[in-house]
Amino acid sequence: MKAIFSLLMVLALVVIATVGAGAAQMHTIFAYCIPRTAFIIFMVGFVCKIISWAKRPVPFRIPTTGGQQQSLPWIKQNKWDNPSTGPQTFIRMALEVLTFRSLFRNTKTVMRHDDGQNPVVGYVSAKWLWLFAIMFHYGFLTVVVRHMRLFLQPVPAPIEFLDWADGILQILAPTIYISDMLLIGGATLLLLRRLCAPKIRYISLVNDYFPLFLILGVACSGAYMRYVAKVDIMGIKEVVMGLITLHYAVPAGIDTSFYVHVFLVSCLLVYIPFSKLMHMGGVFLSPTRNMPNDTRINHYVNPWNNPAIKPHSYAAYEDEFREHMLEAGLPLEKTPEQKA
Amino acid sequence: MAKIMKPDELIKSINYTPPAENWLDLPNDLSPGRWAYPAKKNKVEYLMNELPGIFANPRDWSPGDVDWKLPSDWKEIVVNGFRERLDKYRSLKVFMDVCVRCGACADKCHFFIGSGDPRNMPVLRAELMRSVYRGEFTLAGKILGKLTGARVLEEDVLKEWFLYFYQCTECRRCSLFCPYGIDTAEVTMMARELLHLVGVNINWILEPVSNCTRTGNHLGIQPHAFKDIVDFMLDDIETVTGKRVKCPLNEKGHEILFITPSGDVFADPGIYTFMGYLILFDAIGLDFTMSTYASEGGNFGLFTNADVMKALNGKMYAEANRLGCKWILGGECGHMWRVVNQYMDTMNGDLQGPQMKTPVSPITGTVFDNAKATKMVHIAEFTADLIKHGKLKLDKSRNADINATFHDSCNPARAMGLLDEPRYVLKNVVDNFHEMPDNTIREQTFCCAGGSGLNTDEIMEIRMRGGLPRGNALRYVQQKYGVNTMACVCAIDRATLVPLADYWAPGVKITGLHELVGNALILDGEGERTMNLRQEPLPGMEEE
Repeated sequence: MKAIFSLLMVLALVVIATVGAGAAQMHTIFAYCIPRTAFIIFMVGFVCKIISWAKRPVPFRIPTTGGQQQSLPWIKQNKWDNPSTGPQTFIRMALEVLTFRSLFRNTKTVMRHDDGQNPVVGYVSAKWLWLFAIMFHYGFLTVVVRHMRLFLQPVPAPIEFLDWADGILQILAPTIYISDMLLIGGATLLLLRRLCAPKIRYISLVNDYFPLFLILGVACSGAYMRYVAKVDIMGIKEVVMGLITLHYAVPAGIDTSFYVHVFLVSCLLVYIPFSKLMHMGGVFLSPTRNMPNDTRINHYVNPWNNPAIKPHSYAAYEDEFREHMLEAGLPLEKTPEQKA
Repeated sequence: MAKIMKPDELIKSINYTPPAENWLDLPNDLSPGRWAYPAKKNKVEYLMNELPGIFANPRDWSPGDVDWKLPSDWKEIVVNGFRERLDKYRSLKVFMDVCVRCGACADKCHFFIGSGDPRNMPVLRAELMRSVYRGEFTLAGKILGKLTGARVLEEDVLKEWFLYFYQCTECRRCSLFCPYGIDTAEVTMMARELLHLVGVNINWILEPVSNCTRTGNHLGIQPHAFKDIVDFMLDDIETVTGKRVKCPLNEKGHEILFITPSGDVFADPGIYTFMGYLILFDAIGLDFTMSTYASEGGNFGLFTNADVMKALNGKMYAEANRLGCKWILGGECGHMWRVVNQYMDTMNGDLQGPQMKTPVSPITGTVFDNAKATKMVHIAEFTADLIKHGKLKLDKSRNADINATFHDSCNPARAMGLLDEPRYVLKNVVDNFHEMPDNTIREQTFCCAGGSGLNTDEIMEIRMRGGLPRGNALRYVQQKYGVNTMACVCAIDRATLVPLADYWAPGVKITGLHELVGNALILDGEGERTMNLRQEPLPGMEEE
């Protein structure tokens, strides 16, 4: 239901672009006005979100420690999972962001009933989610970086190289990009996992299906342009350069699939700042990951400190229990006589 | 122990396949045994007076009743409180915003593993709040409603919060596996703060908070009674070792203030750990004092309210200053060490008097640089250092009947990283040691299911369900290696793991680390030992 709703929404977007840019010939709107507006919303929305997170102070260092702390000199610290300095924390974050280290830990809980006599709860390695996520994210990243050749003139050598390396498999013509396969394959596998694994389906919302379908729509429309419609790449580069230079003139003869692709990308850009896709920024700001475990070592100032919050005082304590304490022979600040 | 089903029946009742209905439509099961008793009226009143603005609505009520006697503007109070906390805490705001529902956490929670209840998946526990976040604070949620998992705050939602945020022990296991480090403990803390604002609370937390404030310890032991109990233990130590050791109370002019959870003073088997500390201090001639005013290590504010945590924690420095101590030695405790390691210095560092110095072991000269800000050392670090320097005479044979495993407590494991110190100590006092399976120890350790204020008997079935992963791992090493003892460094563990082991792995006993140290340690001038601290015959002494 939620998945179907999400799919229909994405299909509706495709129809809007097909009708608008294809039948109604609103080329300028779909090639320039919408992408430009979408990009502005994306940039402003993304930056505002990051600023809104970052402006909230985090005085308390609350990392989830994943290994041995810094302790006695002869006890080996697990510096990457329980960092106590800035550089160590940087490595922890780099591993998290670049290799999805926490996901790599994933296990699956299984319950085995051996004739009902000895039930055993086991935890088996489960790296599928990690694998699908790596495929998807690196595929997506490569595709995005590769697209930079459309935005830059001349095309920088690293991007040329990436383009060459990505197409190294050289099957079919035009050459199939590895990144396209990773992106579409990864997104499909993640979608199938969401639909087929009972627990994951149970927790999934439209907020989860919609971006997956949308990204699949973006990827498939892009693939369609390249492998099926075989669009005029020079014409498209002209449009894109026009977007950057604010020189709006749509060349004739660009396939409608281009407008569909650009419209879906625009929708994705607008969607990102208001959705869970902000995890791309949030991962850098998670207080349980991006802080060293060093509160015992270094003093930090707490901007929320409220000096009015004081412990129940010893004086009040002694006042309440003085007689008993005296009788028990416990030391006192003030004897009953002094108090009186 | 309340009557609950047998372990094999309980296991058979677990089904990990989620129900057909959307979780937003699941009813709340508020039958007896599903919730801890609410706080007594007079405890709430006392706390409202001591710590204004945190607690509210003192009354006689029961979660089993339809009418919870909430204030008429309860919804406004909770929504405003939620908004304030979203604005204040980056953790809460980021965690509300970035979850992608990948499901990595879904089967990492001990309460889910033991119940199969979908709302015990950490992701859904957070969605209990996140759904309200969307419904009350985001435009898309207000328009699209349930499709986007949004809902408005209603009384049933509040009841659901009460049920499920008191089925979270803030153990942070889910956070370890989350690709964004989303920490359900943070969410649970916030939810409980909001519930306190409208007087929805449990007695097993608020009575201890009130006791800690007034008498200095959660059990409400008054100073003279505290001294009596300590004297009894000194007698017992004398019976076992033939030597009268000392335990100064409230004395000025000692170098070190020793603070341990009061459970160690009061409850079996914690008391044996307490005797172990005192034997150790005698063996090395430590210049220390304890305090009856600051006689609670465990901080019940951690899982109640941030300001309560600060107020309770402040006693430690206040007392160190009053008594003129240079640094604080902390006993075996879980929540205490989360607070000490991640909050204390930032929260109350300005209370430290000028007499407080970076801790230095007076015996070995080791400087504890890793505690130079807080001035507080964990006793496992302290003892490991003593053993490493050969300062303790240990006779492992006195623990020869013990085949031990070690339970990492959630907070020292995942909010500190105290993993190898206690193991080093343990291996130096017992010969037979076997680890439980890898996915159940160290940073992946499973909770005792009684932490964060849930160590109360009326929810015993919930606790035993949550204790399944730990119990099952324990049973595994019991059957495979003959393990008969589980050591731990937490007072809550020493209280909760006893029924857990009786239920899931009968025959395994629970000890604190320093109970085993106390048994193995040879004191100068001690008599021949024939029994251990529990006054059971030592191995080889059974005949006498």
